[in-house]
Amino acid sequence: MANDRIGGWGRQFQPGREVLTEDLEHAPRVLFRGLGRSYGDSSLPPSGNPVAVNTTRANRIIDFDESTGVLRAEAGLSLKDLNRTFLSRGWFVPVTPGTQFVTLGGMVAADVHGKNHHVDGCIGQHLTRLKMRVADGRVIECGPAQERELFLATVAGMGLTGQILEVEFPLRRIPTPWIWQESERVGDIDEYIGKLKDAAKDWPMTVGWIDCLSRGKHMGRGILMKGRWAQAHEAPARFPRELPNVRFPFEAPEFLLSRLSVQAFNFGFYWKHLPRKREGIVDPFSFFYPLDFVKDWNLMYGRRGLTQYQCVLPSSAGPDAARRFLDVLTSRGGASFLCVIKDCGPESAAFLSFPKPGISIALDIAVRDDTQHLVDALNEHVLKEGGRIYLAKDGYTRPEHFRAMEPRLEKFLDVRLRWDPNLTFRSAQSVRLFGDPA
Amino acid sequence: MKRHAILGATRGMGRSLARKLVERGDWVVLLGRDPAELEKSAADLHARGTPGVRVATAVCDLEKPETFRPALEAAEQALEGLDVVTVTAGLFATQEQLEADPSLAQRVLVTDFSNTVLFCEEARKKLLLRGGGTLCVFSSVAGDRGRKPVVLYGAAKAGLSAYLEGLDHRFKAQGLTTVCVKPGFVRTQMTEGLKEPPFASEPDEVAETVLAGIDAGTPVVYAPPIWRAVMTAIRAMPRFVMRRVKF
Repeated sequence: MANDRIGGWGRQFQPGREVLTEDLEHAPRVLFRGLGRSYGDSSLPPSGNPVAVNTTRANRIIDFDESTGVLRAEAGLSLKDLNRTFLSRGWFVPVTPGTQFVTLGGMVAADVHGKNHHVDGCIGQHLTRLKMRVADGRVIECGPAQERELFLATVAGMGLTGQILEVEFPLRRIPTPWIWQESERVGDIDEYIGKLKDAAKDWPMTVGWIDCLSRGKHMGRGILMKGRWAQAHEAPARFPRELPNVRFPFEAPEFLLSRLSVQAFNFGFYWKHLPRKREGIVDPFSFFYPLDFVKDWNLMYGRRGLTQYQCVLPSSAGPDAARRFLDVLTSRGGASFLCVIKDCGPESAAFLSFPKPGISIALDIAVRDDTQHLVDALNEHVLKEGGRIYLAKDGYTRPEHFRAMEPRLEKFLDVRLRWDPNLTFRSAQSVRLFGDPA
Repeated sequence: MKRHAILGATRGMGRSLARKLVERGDWVVLLGRDPAELEKSAADLHARGTPGVRVATAVCDLEKPETFRPALEAAEQALEGLDVVTVTAGLFATQEQLEADPSLAQRVLVTDFSNTVLFCEEARKKLLLRGGGTLCVFSSVAGDRGRKPVVLYGAAKAGLSAYLEGLDHRFKAQGLTTVCVKPGFVRTQMTEGLKEPPFASEPDEVAETVLAGIDAGTPVVYAPPIWRAVMTAIRAMPRFVMRRVKF
């Protein structure tokens, strides 16, 4: 692996390189990048100065208060490392995304959400403090009550307001390291959305997968999963073993991901869940991070890579919004291996935070000649519904679409400009979407 | 429970190794030159370690031999004994940099060979006085054969490897176990900016291998282990080939 090209998780590479350092406070004043799990170009440097600082070696815990659970750590600490250290001691992050291969800095910059968004919101809502280095070189602390505007722009700010050095937030006590899960096979999209919303009332964590290839009366059939931390009397006394790591061995040829193979996968996934309902104890790794099991699974998408399209459709669009979205998708023949639909709770105060009340739909899409057209069409539809897209997944949205989706963008850009008038911190994404100089 | 002193524990492979030690309940003294960095790493190890684990620090600079003895004494006192001394510290520069700058070359050669050996001598005496122990020192695959990209750095490491082998022969019977670690290319701040060769590895993987080597008392540990085969092949190459190839 030569360090002369740089790409997101979607494997769309551009010339560039990462600087590895343990000392973030004295790192070059360019974009910070963690484990590079954002799909598109959020973690990629602008082409004019193609260097990003890789933060993963700055991974020390600064302080952990056993009585309150408050953790303070360097921004490059990974969630994987954090879980390895704290899960067995009965602590867990208040919000986790769907992979452990993220850094704390990356979680803040994308303001990640998880299966518990409808009750716990995004990670930014749990932060107590951030230590940052801003464009003029000052190292400052910000938080909900301290330099609040900088804080609200930095959370979900994709690294564009300054360099996140340290992150502080409380971990949560969990009764056991196991999950009690109920899962259910659901026949079509309307039933799925109904059950998802019902489940949100009783369950702290919900998520589901749907088959977005089936059309007609099976459109949107899927599996709905609900979970909560298991109580001591329900769970095994031992610590759950983490799934072994399998590495996807090579860049797959493109024919592997034909419509037929995707259909077969979806069919298999659906019918593997033979009983209509299942319940029981599952380990937290396969519950929260099912895909982490296969390392480098993005290689499956071949030479051209993949993108993820994730949007939120607001409650105001009504319960039929998901069906209308799938109509647009299936009419264009958009094949997606995985389509995940989640419930979203209230919007966060962070200016560019993605979720808002409604449902979130995420699709993994293999990059093909028509990907730009597909994303455009989906964006136009989402715009009509009053929804928006998630920057951490995006590599294709047009600037005019994003502006139209995000009324808070002006506020964000204002605050950013105040702290970084010369636009020191830019990414390939900010060049594409916000018109920054390359 | 074993008591470890690690020179270079605040960074890279030393940091990874120290974490694995405290996670299983071993006690650690961190040796390094910057007191603030030592404190930060100690806090990290405290948070990660099993309850009751002891972590201490002592200032020691591989470029200043006069700090060696006091640092080791402080380490021994802090943990009320010492079972394993590990050296992960060292300097690195590319062959081009070393050729262009003789004072840098001197610094690297002195630090990676003479000073490391002098530190090991102090550590050896201390361990032998206690009736034995383990001395684990990070040399490099670069010391296994004279090669174009690592003529100077490799020479220092070759000397170090030879010293460690001699130590093993001379003192094994008296209870001193010597572990010579030969890492390949590891992605750390030290190798930042270099072109990655094949089999590049992460500090955590190396630490895992080294820990197994320390526990078993393996005299020579390649990390990752594939490098044993690679270096055997490279050592077997005739000179006319080595003159032509780039590695």
